[in-house]
Amino acid sequence: MFPGLFEWIWDGGHMVFMGGLWYALGIIGLGLTYCIVKSAIDTAGGGEGGHGHH
Amino acid sequence: MDSALIPEGVKRCSTGKFALFIGIVGAVLLWGVYAMLLCWLKGLNQTNMNDYYGFALWIWADLAVIALGGGAFFTGFLRYIVGKDELKNIINYAVLIGFICYSSALLILAIDIGQPLRGWFIFWHANVHSMLTEVAFCLSCYFAVLSIEYLPLILENRQLNKVPFFHHLAHNMHEVMAVFAATGAFLSFFHQGSLGGVAGVLFGRPFSFREGVFVWPWTFFLFTWSAAAYGPCFTLSLTKLIEAITGKQLVGEKCVNLLAKISGWMILTYIIAKIADTWYWASVLAPAQGFTLMDFYSNNPVYGIWILVLEIVIGGIIPALILITERGRKNPMLFILAIILGVIGVSINRWVMVLQVMAVPVMPFDTWAMYFPSWQEIATTILPVAYGVILIAISYRYLPVFPQERELND
Repeated sequence: MFPGLFEWIWDGGHMVFMGGLWYALGIIGLGLTYCIVKSAIDTAGGGEGGHGHH
Repeated sequence: MDSALIPEGVKRCSTGKFALFIGIVGAVLLWGVYAMLLCWLKGLNQTNMNDYYGFALWIWADLAVIALGGGAFFTGFLRYIVGKDELKNIINYAVLIGFICYSSALLILAIDIGQPLRGWFIFWHANVHSMLTEVAFCLSCYFAVLSIEYLPLILENRQLNKVPFFHHLAHNMHEVMAVFAATGAFLSFFHQGSLGGVAGVLFGRPFSFREGVFVWPWTFFLFTWSAAAYGPCFTLSLTKLIEAITGKQLVGEKCVNLLAKISGWMILTYIIAKIADTWYWASVLAPAQGFTLMDFYSNNPVYGIWILVLEIVIGGIIPALILITERGRKNPMLFILAIILGVIGVSINRWVMVLQVMAVPVMPFDTWAMYFPSWQEIATTILPVAYGVILIAISYRYLPVFPQERELND
């Protein structure tokens, strides 16, 4: 699953498939981390937050 | 009793009535769970799958709910990427339906592998030459995206939203939702496509085999296109259903009209491509392998040419023509007919690509392999429906799913 670990081969198939998976997981993880950290900062700052954001 | 949890300014039925409804649907859910446990504890011999039918009823249901759940990624794409702001009034509901469809799809797959404890093998021992590996990767990631899109709605519950961190989290998630929506559209393009691609590369099955564009058989593109086209029909059908049950208008006409119009044009362009595909397959691909069109639609008790007509004409051309015209969209009966026919059309397409493919004889000594699902397969196919009904009921009762509800019903 990771380069250097079990069953990994440096070929096009592994790079495209695993690259795509980790690219998607990376964006999801970074996006969530940003939201959680910013919310913690906003909460600590005591702001009201946004409204009408549907 | 639970009035503190219900969104402000809206009316809901009594707690007792709601509990009775959940109890009845919950009994159906438990029947499905019992069948699911039989499949897990006793094995796939509980099903009628065999060497002919490695794909059973629930795999059709799996592909159908993924196509119908396509309304979530396509509506999200239109709302956040294209900038169709009017769709903000239906996006919550589209996401909820998408969440139900994809969690159901994953549940069905967990039953289908027979050994759920080994589900992680697909990630760790990934076969990087398989389109189904790509489907598994994309489905899992897209389910994560749908959970992220559904989470702010949960956090906007009247009581949860009083917690400052949850309030800020919901707001911040809305702020960056375009990133998640774009990721969802990217993932959906590939998993919808690869599900179609799986059928298209079955060169031993001239019923579904297709030629391609680079490494993709063109069923790849037809599946993605059809999910984007028909998914909104399912979203609109369930919107109209919940409006009929509650006796309220929940989404404004302008929003419904816009989504229906886009869906209509998508269905029309898709069905033209599908007709071209069918024509080329019937006149070039199948004859090249020694078959005529009618070989696939005769000498069996079920699959007549009617199924092709039902898919393309009744489930494709008719809803497309109704939805692209303003008169069709404005006529309530025609509108309902069109969105229901759309749902039937894409479901028949998935049925044909999953089950008829398996039934068609491919050797001169073969006969049609007909199949009837076991009760366990039927129960586990109904299970996600019961789960979906319960989740929609709970979400509608406690979450601000429809932002226009108060304004439209004052």
